[in-house]
Amino acid sequence: MTGGVGGGAAAPLLELRDVGKDYGSVIALDGVSTAVRAGEVTCVLGDNGAGKSTLIKILSGVHPTDRGSVLLEGRPADFGSPREALDAGIATVYQDLAMIPLMSIWRNFFLGAEPTRGRGPFRRFDAARAKEVTRRELAAMGIDIRDPDQPVGTLSGGERQSVAIARAVHFGARVLILDEPTSALGVKQAGVVLRYVAQARDRGVGVVLITHNPHHAHPVGDRFLVLNRGRSMGEFAKADISRAELTALMAGGAELDALAHELERPDS
Amino acid sequence: MKPELGALVGAVAVFAFFAAQSEPFRSPRGIANWLDPASTLGIMAVAVALLMIGGHFDLSAGVMTGTTALTVGIVAVEFRQNLWVAIGVALVVALAIGFGNGWLVTRTGLPSFIITLGTFLMLQGLNLGLTKLFTDTVTVGGIDEAPGYAAAEWVFASRLEILGAEVRVAVLWWLLFTAVGSWVLLRTRFGNWVFATGGDDVAARNVGVPARRTTITLFMTTAAAAWFVGTTLAVRLTSVQANTGIGQELIYIVAAVIGGCLLTGGFGSAIGASLGALIFGMTQLGIPYLRWDADWFYFFLGAMLLLAVLANRFVRRSAEAARR
Repeated sequence: MTGGVGGGAAAPLLELRDVGKDYGSVIALDGVSTAVRAGEVTCVLGDNGAGKSTLIKILSGVHPTDRGSVLLEGRPADFGSPREALDAGIATVYQDLAMIPLMSIWRNFFLGAEPTRGRGPFRRFDAARAKEVTRRELAAMGIDIRDPDQPVGTLSGGERQSVAIARAVHFGARVLILDEPTSALGVKQAGVVLRYVAQARDRGVGVVLITHNPHHAHPVGDRFLVLNRGRSMGEFAKADISRAELTALMAGGAELDALAHELERPDS
Repeated sequence: MKPELGALVGAVAVFAFFAAQSEPFRSPRGIANWLDPASTLGIMAVAVALLMIGGHFDLSAGVMTGTTALTVGIVAVEFRQNLWVAIGVALVVALAIGFGNGWLVTRTGLPSFIITLGTFLMLQGLNLGLTKLFTDTVTVGGIDEAPGYAAAEWVFASRLEILGAEVRVAVLWWLLFTAVGSWVLLRTRFGNWVFATGGDDVAARNVGVPARRTTITLFMTTAAAAWFVGTTLAVRLTSVQANTGIGQELIYIVAAVIGGCLLTGGFGSAIGASLGALIFGMTQLGIPYLRWDADWFYFFLGAMLLLAVLANRFVRRSAEAARR
């Protein structure tokens, strides 16, 4: 673990203070605070409609906040667009991955940040370098891709997630936001993706892992923010909360007990 | 899999079919003959293919060749300007229409099909109305009497002697535009953005692709191609009918689809579209060479289109099938 190196003294990479966001008259998010530090994984947990997607959109610059502030290394930051957030080192890997299925892996890998050579009208996409770097970066993350020329659509869900994470790390992401990276995956594929999350963390990236699955969050997370209906149910360090407690909190403990009671066989 | 593979096989088959049965078809003069319709169609098909890969249609592309040709004629003849001034005005008009199409499509998020259908109908009306207003007829003539015609003829309508056959310069332009289109698509950042915008414009925007600018540029490129073809028509024929280009927009799309472009965007090739245009040219002139009734041409074209769409569907499925 790299915890303690940065310690509590240095400003976190990214910090939210009492952030709120409304869509019309609907309060999507209110009074949410959390921090992301280098080499740590902050997990944001919540059921459907808890405000996870809204939180991502604020972090990645898609939406501005209505209340509260976003701090980047202790300084107020107001991202006007995803491009600005990206330039500040905040990369988001969306649930739908922002990958184009019909395009090859190397074209997707460099989409929006294509390396070029030549100048003026002869400035061109350096395809040879793009292919080379794609192969190298994927290998560095331990991802075995046979041919970077194959369309992304032919990859499995876990492989696509892994390529997206490798892409974000390559482009110097200091904060990596992962939106439900394991939700559509089987147990084995999810394990593969969580291993890449840990890889990114060990390379000093601050990771925000958004999920509704405490079993995926607990092993890899360093701190946990639990959301419910747009409000924070509390933020916990790993030492302060067990997996069972996290699960119970997320499901709204009492509700789960009531459900268990309801589903019990009459005579057992 | 290469998108233009099917069109290449088709082009070879069509050539073999006609060349085997008709000696004049395979002679240098015959080749020059069928390259001519393929060339002006091909210039448009390349631009339309890029637009389709970018996820959009332009139904006003055909009538725009008429609009630009008529603009060249009216400015040169009715306003007594140098032909090059007229050609410049036509370019400005075309780029403005292309920008308008792209701007409306990106602003409203409506299907480009319906937006450009509106532009198509408006231009069709304008072409007739303004031509009648300026000339009291439905034709603009006498373009060859405008100053600057000789130079314009050299650029847009000269003939070259190749292997004893007279080849129109449009064929060279077509080859050049195909090469440039293909290079831009496969070897520039812009080309990558075109594939991405057509494949999934939300995803593209999320990773920082300027999807809106890409779309507008593609519409303006199509308009510029229409300007080039319209100018070629005006200079070649020296008189322009007010209904020029109407109906051609579908032929451009047919050529692009035969060339491997998916109707849903995100996949296709510039070379394929040119091969589609070549198939069109060979068939259009091959059928009279065989002394068949010209009505068979459209049957044949429709069959090629159906075959191409079925082949493209197969390509898309194999590219998108996720291995579990």
